Amino acid sequence: MKEKLTSLWQKLFGDSVRAFGVVSLIFLVSLAIAPAKNFFSEWRHYQHGYLRMIRNRSDANTLQRHFQGGIQQIWLPELGVVDRCTSCHVGLREASLTDVSTQPFRTHPAIPHKLDQFGCTVCHRGQGAATTLSEAHNSTLAWEQPILPAKYIESSCGECHRGSLPGTPQLNQGRNLLSREGCVHCHTVKLPDGTTMKADDDPPSLSHIADKTAREWVFAWLKDPQAYASTSTMPNFKLSDDDARDVSAFLIANSTPQAGDTAALSAKASSDPAAGASLYGESFCASCHAVQNAAGNMVGGDVGPELTRVGSKVKPGWLQAWLRNPRAYDTGTAMPHYRFNDGQVATLSGFLLAKADSDFLANVHLEAATPEQIAHGKRLVSDYGCASCHEIAGIKKPENFAPELSRIGSKPVTQLVFLPGMQHTLPDYIATKIKQPRAFGQGLKMPQYTFTPAQIDSLTTALLSLNDRSNTLPPSLAVAATHESDYQPAGKAGKLMTDLACFSCHRINGHGGDMAPDLTWEGSSVQREWLVQFFKNPGTLRPSLIRRMPRFNLTDGEVNELTDYIMTVYQNPAVDRESMPLSGYSQGEVELGKQLFYGKYSCQGCHILDKADKGYIGPTLTHVGSRLTAAWIYQWMKNPQSLRPGTIEPNRAMSDEDARALTAFLISQKGGGKSSAAKAARNDAPTQEVAKR
Amino acid sequence: MTRHYQAIFIVVALLATSCSRTVGVSVIVPKATAFGAAIVESSGGKQVAQTGSLLPQPVVVQVNDERGTAVAGALVEFSAAPGVTFDPPNGLTDSSGQVTTNVSLGGMAGRYEIVASTADKSHKKVELKLEEIALGYQQTLGRHLNDLYCERCHNPESTVERVSNFDNLEVKPHPFTEGDTLNKIGDADLTAIISHGGPALNKSALMPAWGNTLSKSDIQALISYIRAVSDPPSRSAGPVYAKN
Repeated sequence: MKEKLTSLWQKLFGDSVRAFGVVSLIFLVSLAIAPAKNFFSEWRHYQHGYLRMIRNRSDANTLQRHFQGGIQQIWLPELGVVDRCTSCHVGLREASLTDVSTQPFRTHPAIPHKLDQFGCTVCHRGQGAATTLSEAHNSTLAWEQPILPAKYIESSCGECHRGSLPGTPQLNQGRNLLSREGCVHCHTVKLPDGTTMKADDDPPSLSHIADKTAREWVFAWLKDPQAYASTSTMPNFKLSDDDARDVSAFLIANSTPQAGDTAALSAKASSDPAAGASLYGESFCASCHAVQNAAGNMVGGDVGPELTRVGSKVKPGWLQAWLRNPRAYDTGTAMPHYRFNDGQVATLSGFLLAKADSDFLANVHLEAATPEQIAHGKRLVSDYGCASCHEIAGIKKPENFAPELSRIGSKPVTQLVFLPGMQHTLPDYIATKIKQPRAFGQGLKMPQYTFTPAQIDSLTTALLSLNDRSNTLPPSLAVAATHESDYQPAGKAGKLMTDLACFSCHRINGHGGDMAPDLTWEGSSVQREWLVQFFKNPGTLRPSLIRRMPRFNLTDGEVNELTDYIMTVYQNPAVDRESMPLSGYSQGEVELGKQLFYGKYSCQGCHILDKADKGYIGPTLTHVGSRLTAAWIYQWMKNPQSLRPGTIEPNRAMSDEDARALTAFLISQKGGGKSSAAKAARNDAPTQEVAKR
Repeated sequence: MTRHYQAIFIVVALLATSCSRTVGVSVIVPKATAFGAAIVESSGGKQVAQTGSLLPQPVVVQVNDERGTAVAGALVEFSAAPGVTFDPPNGLTDSSGQVTTNVSLGGMAGRYEIVASTADKSHKKVELKLEEIALGYQQTLGRHLNDLYCERCHNPESTVERVSNFDNLEVKPHPFTEGDTLNKIGDADLTAIISHGGPALNKSALMPAWGNTLSKSDIQALISYIRAVSDPPSRSAGPVYAKN
């Protein structure tokens, strides 16, 4: 063995010439490895494949001309982007390659951004500088951010776009859920623009809960909120029977009576189901409250709590006081103060109390609470952070109760704990954490929510958009969100509007709900007499709407107060009410307007003006001449979106003559008679029935 | 010396195990207790969702025997182009002969063919093919605009929130699924009708002009949505079936 090695050594390195030759040879071979590696590299393989693919296409010459060989790179220093993806994804910019379905040669689907301005990894994540498939797409030891799965791609839009976008429904929904489901009560989310995300739900105060309900209900609710109301947003804390017993004991013992709430009521709840149902319908309770019908479907809105089993929850006295004036119990409630008379309170409370489920509390039997139980309950209430959401007398709202989520989308994977069988990626971690928060360890406090899989995807998308990039973005790239204004109307009328909770449905100056029309320019839009009649007897203007404004039994003084305020304050500077008269247009103009209405502009497709018209989309126009001002109609014809941004009536870019003729024609539609406005409300009744079909 | 080798071996082995990140995914296929002769759709075909996302409704298929009665305990397996996921990917039919699965579409926009298969008594494969539609960014934007501006007239179906205006119109608009008609109208003509109204192409004035309300890119997005949902599929816009 030894001789053999020695002779080999002698052969190769026996003399200096030999040694020099052999060493040169070894050196040459090792130098050749680099070009060979380059020659056989993955991206070159794909580029050859691309050239083979385009050879037989009719547009081969164009594609060939656009093709650039070698490593391609998009370098955007201010975004920190070095993306070499286009080295393999050669056809990304070629619009004619839409018919190619093999990757990596497909053209990029149409988006509003240019590849050369944003690169690839800003949206798709992954390792941009890598030149092999596995390093670019997957996480490696040196790079832990893999390609973002397609279902979360909208999160990348949210890095720059801080408001909602029409093309990103999932991101919008996720952001809404974060505030609607109250996630941000416990988790602080500081947005990149410096504001803090606010919760949009309104968890009730528990300081006077004994006025409202009994301890048995609190117990059953704590054990399973969705058993009481499937639409409830209260999560399940998975309390043991003993813990639920103690928490309910504490909450009831801690409750103090609300002043004014216990006012003696002359009326007793009356059981007249027919009258109750009709009052419930007339008052449009279903615009905000849902009730599960016999078929199991939810009927009604989601602004207020579900009422399917409300009779098993509330105390009759509390319900009557609440119906009489909800603001006496909860000053900030979204529910309007309806001004029901005693008879109506009796009928409606009787109707609601009958909505009970005898099974719900059948198995709940609680002994009188001991001081130890109450003390333990108080400890549990602090431990679980109940006061993060609910106001509870004697317990302070905890600060930073749960981890802050302002940069959750960049959380290093190495800091995460995964469940067995889970993919080790951040999106999967977030989604699973939302889906089953308690599975991640003993003693975790985050409760169990009842999100649908689509909601979990939306929430994950919204959370992934809260990352380092969104916080370190060059200011020029950030697209600001429009925040809700904190507009409040002033004076007596303002107080009245708060009392009637106008802003729960209507929007004024960027503040309020979206269920009913925006009233920012209402004073320019309508005639005073019509508004007065409308307050006294609100009718629907749109035949296809099921919802309409409820009647609030306002006094004449209150109606005048509101009308005066609206007519003076909610004025659009571009609409001069005095500039155009409400009558006195020439017959010729009116006739021309009629021809334009039915001919050139075919307004009857969406509006009803005559009995023969059937349009279901816009408001009924039979009495429009006694409702709207001429100046408003004219301006609306010229440009509807300038008066109400986002309205769906198309802007027809009318000439001044056309707009004036249509105004003349529409303002002549008074609906007949002097008391036309009052009739307008009544005449709308039949169309209601059509809407209910 | 051997001690050293052992130490090196242990270090290498440790490194190897700590580096490997593959998580074993074992697919458990239940055993069929019965066999059917045909597989039919109960619900969930022809749905529209965004790329990569869950279909709004689950896909439900039913296994029947020769006489058309439901078979319980038959094994149904779902498959589709890579990127499409099923939860669960297979299952035994319940007492009403049905299997339900939640489907997430792949990352490419286009149509996906979903195959539900079961074996009959002679172990031959019986298949059912369903089609689902995945929308990319532009089509999703188009769908949003469609919901806002177009659908009230162009969709004959009413929902609780939206009463259709279709029946009220003297000249009926084309539902966007009407591929036989719409596929024959080119993009330029569709753009003209949307921007300038029906009269631009000698059609009804009940279709108003949207050119001053919608931007050019909005109209492009709308057309891409119309092409995406048309039935039969529009071939001008690229491959009919998406692959990942």
